[in-house]
Order: sequence, then structure tokens, then C-alpha cells
Amino acid sequence: MMENFILISAIVLILLIMVSLIRVVGGPTVGDRILGGNVVGTKTTVLLLLIGILYENLGMFVDIAIAYALLNFIATLGATKFFLRRGDVGEMVDEAILRHEDIVAETKTSKGGSE
Amino acid sequence: MTILAGILILIGLFFFAIGVLGILRFPDFYSRLHAAGKSDSLAAVLVIIGVAIYNLQDPSFGNLLVSLKIMLIAVFIYVASPTATHALTKTALIIGIKPWEKGEKRQ
Repeated sequence: MMENFILISAIVLILLIMVSLIRVVGGPTVGDRILGGNVVGTKTTVLLLLIGILYENLGMFVDIAIAYALLNFIATLGATKFFLRRGDVGEMVDEAILRHEDIVAETKTSKGGSE
Repeated sequence: MTILAGILILIGLFFFAIGVLGILRFPDFYSRLHAAGKSDSLAAVLVIIGVAIYNLQDPSFGNLLVSLKIMLIAVFIYVASPTATHALTKTALIIGIKPWEKGEKRQ
């Protein structure tokens, strides 16, 4: 009876994972996609434990779940850091373009002044 | 003991469902983060404690060790999930995701 309950819980978790994949695929911003990945990872950590109960081999699946939780955390932090850097690079490019336009404008005015 | 584990798993699944509902229905990124960050860590910890209690129904040294490891996962998720949410929020603010205001179109 308890086995059936665990099985139904695991199926509900899989359905919830599939529903939250909507946010990963169609999220309007990049943050929504990272958030969806984080949520799916947390649910998968729990799902691995439930699968361990179903296979009656919890000792092995606990180690897999620990590794999955660590990987999920590191992946979220890595993606976050990556987009943070990319934002900085975008600002730097914008500043460089502005500086270039200023230099062009200065040379034009200095030429106009000399003539 | 088994019934207690079942109740904990059931409450955890409820909070997981609430979190997914919030992720789907809230209007902008920051409110979705608010829904996901808190309810998810609470639900994961509840289900994991339920699994640890369920594992202890025939107490032996090996099962105790496995339950201790499961509690280690719970502690790790309780520390790591808010940290990841915080990092995500800070990045979203810096790269310029705008908060939603009343009257605007839902994102």
C-alpha cells in the first residue's frame, strides 16, 4: 500500500516537472529559464530518493541525489555568473561605441574649426 | 511511523504544486522567483524528511547511516536553494530585467 503511495507521488512529481518545463521553454527572459532549470533540478533530487525507495536500494540512490543536488546548485550559479559577465561585456561595448562616436565628433569639430 | 512519513510527503507535494502554480501564473520574473524560491525549498525539505523517516521503519545501523545522509541532502538544499535564488535576483537586477507594474501587460 505504501509502495503504491510512493509510486503515485513519483508520478505526480514527474507531471509537475513537465508542467514547469513550460517556463523553461517559453520564459520571456533568460532569468525565467534559469529559474525553471533550478526548479526542475530540485524536484529531480527528490524524485531520485523516491525512485530509491521503489527499487529498495535507497543507499545507492542517496549518493546519486547528493551529487545531483550539488550539480544543480553549481549549474545555477554558473549560468548566473555567465549572464552577469555577458551583461558587463555588453555595457563595455556600448561605452566603447559611445567613446568612438565622441572621438569622431571631436575630430569633425576640430577639422571644422581649423578650416 | 509510516503514516507520519506519508503525511510529510503529501504536504511536500502540495507545496511543490503551489510553487509550480506560482511559476506559471505570476506576472513578472521577480514574483515568480518569490514563488519558486521559498515554496520549493520548504517542499523539498519536507519530502526528504519524510523519506528519511520512512527509511527508518526497520532500524539498523546501515539504515541509520542512510537516513543521516538523507538529512545531509535536506540541510544542503536548505542552504543552497536560497543562495541560488539570491544570486539569480542580483543578476536579473544588474542585467536590467524590469519589475512589473500594475496596469502593464503580463510578461
